[in-house]
Amino acid sequence: MTPGNPLKIAAQGCHCEELSEEQKFERLDEILAIYREQPGSLINCLYVAQTIFGHLPDPVLAHVARRLGVPTARVTGVASFYSFFSRQPRGRHTIKVCLGTACYVRGGREIMEVLVRDLGIKAGETTEDGQYTLEVVRCVGACALAPVVLGDDETFRRVRPTKVSEILARFAPSATPSAAPAPVKEVV
Amino acid sequence: MSDTVKLTIDHMDVEVPRGTTVLEAARELGLRIPTLCHLEGVHQQGVCRVCVVELEGRPNLLASCVLEAANGMRVRTNSMRVLRARNTVFELMLSDHHKDCLGCDRNTDCELQELAMHLGVDAERFAEDLAAPRMLDISSQSLVRDSGKCILCRRCVSVCEQVQTVGTIGVQERGSASSVAPAFVGLGDAVCVNCGQCAAVCPVNAIFERDHVHPVEEAIIDPAKHVVVQTAPAIRAAIGETQGMPAGSLVTGQLVTALKMMGFDAVFDTNWSADLTILEEGMELLARLKRAVADGDSSVALPMMTSCSPGWVKFLEHFYPDLTDNLSTAKSPQQMLGTVIKTYYAQNLGLQPEDIVVVSVMPCTAKKFEASRPEMTDSGVRDVDYVVTTRELGRMIRKNGLDFANLPAGEFDDPLGRSSGAADIFANSGGVMEAALRTVHEVVTGRELPFANLHVTDLMDIEGVREVAVTFEDVTEDYSWLEGVTAKLAVTSGLGNARELMDRVSSGQAEYHFIEVMGCPGGCIGGGGQPRPTTDAVRRQRFAAICAEDEGKPLRKSHENPLIDRIYADFLGEPNSHKAHELLHTHYVARDAY
Ligand code: SF4
Ligand code: SF4
Ligand code: SF4
Ligand code: FES
Ligand code: FES
Repeated sequence: MTPGNPLKIAAQGCHCEELSEEQKFERLDEILAIYREQPGSLINCLYVAQTIFGHLPDPVLAHVARRLGVPTARVTGVASFYSFFSRQPRGRHTIKVCLGTACYVRGGREIMEVLVRDLGIKAGETTEDGQYTLEVVRCVGACALAPVVLGDDETFRRVRPTKVSEILARFAPSATPSAAPAPVKEVV
Repeated sequence: MSDTVKLTIDHMDVEVPRGTTVLEAARELGLRIPTLCHLEGVHQQGVCRVCVVELEGRPNLLASCVLEAANGMRVRTNSMRVLRARNTVFELMLSDHHKDCLGCDRNTDCELQELAMHLGVDAERFAEDLAAPRMLDISSQSLVRDSGKCILCRRCVSVCEQVQTVGTIGVQERGSASSVAPAFVGLGDAVCVNCGQCAAVCPVNAIFERDHVHPVEEAIIDPAKHVVVQTAPAIRAAIGETQGMPAGSLVTGQLVTALKMMGFDAVFDTNWSADLTILEEGMELLARLKRAVADGDSSVALPMMTSCSPGWVKFLEHFYPDLTDNLSTAKSPQQMLGTVIKTYYAQNLGLQPEDIVVVSVMPCTAKKFEASRPEMTDSGVRDVDYVVTTRELGRMIRKNGLDFANLPAGEFDDPLGRSSGAADIFANSGGVMEAALRTVHEVVTGRELPFANLHVTDLMDIEGVREVAVTFEDVTEDYSWLEGVTAKLAVTSGLGNARELMDRVSSGQAEYHFIEVMGCPGGCIGGGGQPRPTTDAVRRQRFAAICAEDEGKPLRKSHENPLIDRIYADFLGEPNSHKAHELLHTHYVARDAY
């Protein structure tokens, strides 16, 4: 069988959110089977796993190690090295606050404080209802427009603390609010 | 193309073989470029950048330990730029290091201190500013990790992943948050075989054996306890190094005297139980062969594999759980002696097993784990209470103020102290196999093992996988079924080699009757609890000392040891008797590999 491009296989028609845990592991196994014999494919496999599961919980990392025959410590090492990978569950929406020098001195810190208070989480965390992940970034190259907040793909400039609630409202809870994902258990 | 290259280093011409690094080329000139992470044959990745040099025509400074010498290179090792860079690297390392040298077990035996001396750095200048909170991992029976001491050189990662092919630890996170750690849990719950090779290569006190010195000192002081010590074969060829003696010093007599002066109530020899192991394991091998050869029983687990190295045993349990039936059920010599002391010896003295504390001195960190296994309680209590490594015993000798090298020679105590030369060579890779053959061949044929000086040609060594075949000829009547049978044998050490061998065995590519594996490269002489550094040169020196000890003994074969006869006559019956099985044999468990 020609593998095709497993990355595409994983991403296309995945509808991963609708899959059960077991189906997600099955889906992952199909891809891992293709990669098993190819050395140096760990990053690709983790990419696929994150696409399927939304993030990389420990049982998924252990599963990738087992199926690829790679030591678990190496798998977690790679997953924690690249900022692209997330070992924590992510919300539907990601709010990033710039705390680069320009943004920081022009009010970024206050904006962060408001977000921390309103969302009830710290930077790097996700709200319990699974809606928002809050993150810090360091300079996104828009210093003239500081302070800057990014909401998913949208950029908000010269944000005042009083405007934070408006920004959050744009990413209002979607029609189908989902509770925080249940903890994943490895299916062997 | 010529086989050599010419370059200049600090204005001096030097010609070196192609493939030489600039670091090595500098050594040819008598120039010592400081290094830290570099460890020959184990870890050559240019991580720490302490060894940087300036290369004419190149904008960046380069790590000399991984820079291959080439024709026409002009290298500077002492320019202002180099010195500044080196000091900056070192300063950063020191500021992220918990510098309590006076209270640190590595004090005066530390590569970071050595580097500080070499660079002439005044450590007082550097305030401590740990990037991440200090974490002590005490989950393992064998080893402790201290993140506050780790300088992230990654030697341990290389040895664990490349040499031992276990891969317990790796670099986690990145930048200032990075640490060397197992994936999710502490070492004690991770897939770790406790071999201690990581601790053996760590330049600082960031991975080290779990302390048993303090409880042993307390037991010695406690008048209610009868404290007995046993020493492994490999200690006598290595403990001298902890007292400033050269590698390969054979110090059996001083070792015994030192232990007596420290206050142990009896000093026994794990060699004695190594002889006992040969009788139990040798007879077990013959029993398995008989079922396979004479009775045609194909369900017999062959090849039989040695079980005296607890790192190897746990490796098999994790990675080849289907092969655990192949392990000899005979306990290791440490555990046999522990059980015998708390049963036979206790009875002779009219003591209860609870009154006795058994301490063993081992070259091995995995022995601490082995002694803690729930299976190892056949005397009714824990058979071996404490295990100190060679390094820990070295510390105890210093604390007791003993002038070790000049101590008079002492003798091990009876009835568990005398041994044959076959027991000594348990310390060397290939030695257990040779010791077993010395006995098995004689039992089967009535004649001595037919090799010069009783050494099977090319069996004992520190490298690779060795194979030999021994054919039984003119056998005695009892063993007529073995007439003309050729036993195929394999020996190896180091778990990377063991993995290769096991892959061939489990795929059916190779067929053997008996395999010896030692978890550490070279066998116990290179154990994870031995003095640092353990290089190949040091391994060979200890190896030779062990062979000298064997050859110098009047008795060279386990079955000739009169004290072994005595315990069978008085207590156990015969090898593999019901009682021997109860006390001297064990079983294994299957474990997960991830
Ligand atoms: S590891 Fe070395 S430098 Fe660090 S505290 Fe211990 S002795 Fe001192
Ligand atoms: S003890 Fe052995 S297996 Fe465990 S982490 Fe150290 S090198 Fe790896
Ligand atoms: S634990 Fe020791 S060997 Fe491992 S990276 Fe840290 S300092 Fe180096
Ligand atoms: S500091 Fe925020 S965009 Fe540059
Ligand atoms: S010794 Fe060369 S980079 Fe560490």
